[in-house]
Amino acid sequence: MRLGMKQPFENIVAQHAGTVLRVCRVILGPHDAEDAWSETFLSALRAYPDLPETANVQAWLVTIAHRKAIDVLRAARRLPLPVQELPEQPTGSGVAESDDPDLWRAVRDLPDKQRQVLVYHYVAGLPYADVAQILGGTVDAARRAAADGIKNLRKNYPGASSKGAPL
Amino acid sequence: MSDLRPDDDVTALLSVPVHTETLNRLHRRLQREAEQAGLLDVGYTTVDSPVGKLLLAATGRGLVRVAYAREDHDRVLEVLSQKLSPRILRAPRRLEEAARELDEYFDRHRQAFDLQLDLSLSHGFRQLVQKHLPEIGYGKTRSYRQVAELVGNPKAVRAVGTACATNPLPIVVPCHRVLRTDGKLGGYIGGTEAKTALLNLEAA
Repeated sequence: MRLGMKQPFENIVAQHAGTVLRVCRVILGPHDAEDAWSETFLSALRAYPDLPETANVQAWLVTIAHRKAIDVLRAARRLPLPVQELPEQPTGSGVAESDDPDLWRAVRDLPDKQRQVLVYHYVAGLPYADVAQILGGTVDAARRAAADGIKNLRKNYPGASSKGAPL
Repeated sequence: MSDLRPDDDVTALLSVPVHTETLNRLHRRLQREAEQAGLLDVGYTTVDSPVGKLLLAATGRGLVRVAYAREDHDRVLEVLSQKLSPRILRAPRRLEEAARELDEYFDRHRQAFDLQLDLSLSHGFRQLVQKHLPEIGYGKTRSYRQVAELVGNPKAVRAVGTACATNPLPIVVPCHRVLRTDGKLGGYIGGTEAKTALLNLEAA
């Protein structure tokens, strides 16, 4: 690799598309996730030429996704909260694939901060230091929010410790 | 019980699978939105051909690169990222016209390409030579010396050779029609086999 070498953006999409979609899904639920994904990658494409060579691309993308998701959450809260109806069966459209309504309900009911910490650490695989940077606050606070989140999730979603990943 | 594996279940739980079809759909949407926002600086695709897999890349101004597999497509894209812009996406729609004309050419239904070209990857004398190469008609050949005369610089035989060797748009800009002055094949960016194949195709 030569110095000053920036890989084509397509490589960034290929490497991180799945993780960013998982992040958006857990933060927003399956319905708004695709809009947030699209806005994240479009913003990233716009800013990409100015991204420093040494940047951690995954943390950068998750930070953008975090901001996009906050916008969506804020917009949703200004409106009367719709009851999120989740289809019983995967529709094949990809929107609701592998959805477990109980899981999404349990995740949705977590306080925003706990949900965000869990997804940035466990889904995106970012260390708590990066998570704290994205959310503000200390590393310890992020770690505590994660522990609380896990506790709440296990309590509210009985499948958590017995079923493992939903199929 | 879950205290024995405090994290694994949560990790597994939250990492729901993502289907390839979903990602393909999102990618198509990104291509569309990037194009609309003027952010698709370089779009590319690959196509199969009788001379192997070809990479086609285009800017908003036109076709900017045709690359043979032996050039290493990943490497070619890295160079485009460096020389043009890193805002590069796989975007087959932008290359539809070029792909169609190449198909027609390989099916012997087309003798000249009618495509917008972006020659920004070459400069000066090389670009001048590449601009003149389409004047060598289908099925004809010229020597490096004759091309040097054609561009009004009869002594620049070696520079013409370099211009042909660095042609960013092989096949479409027909450097394969330029042979050594002694009638031998000469080098080719796609390899001598590809050069022979194209000359045979056009001679048939």
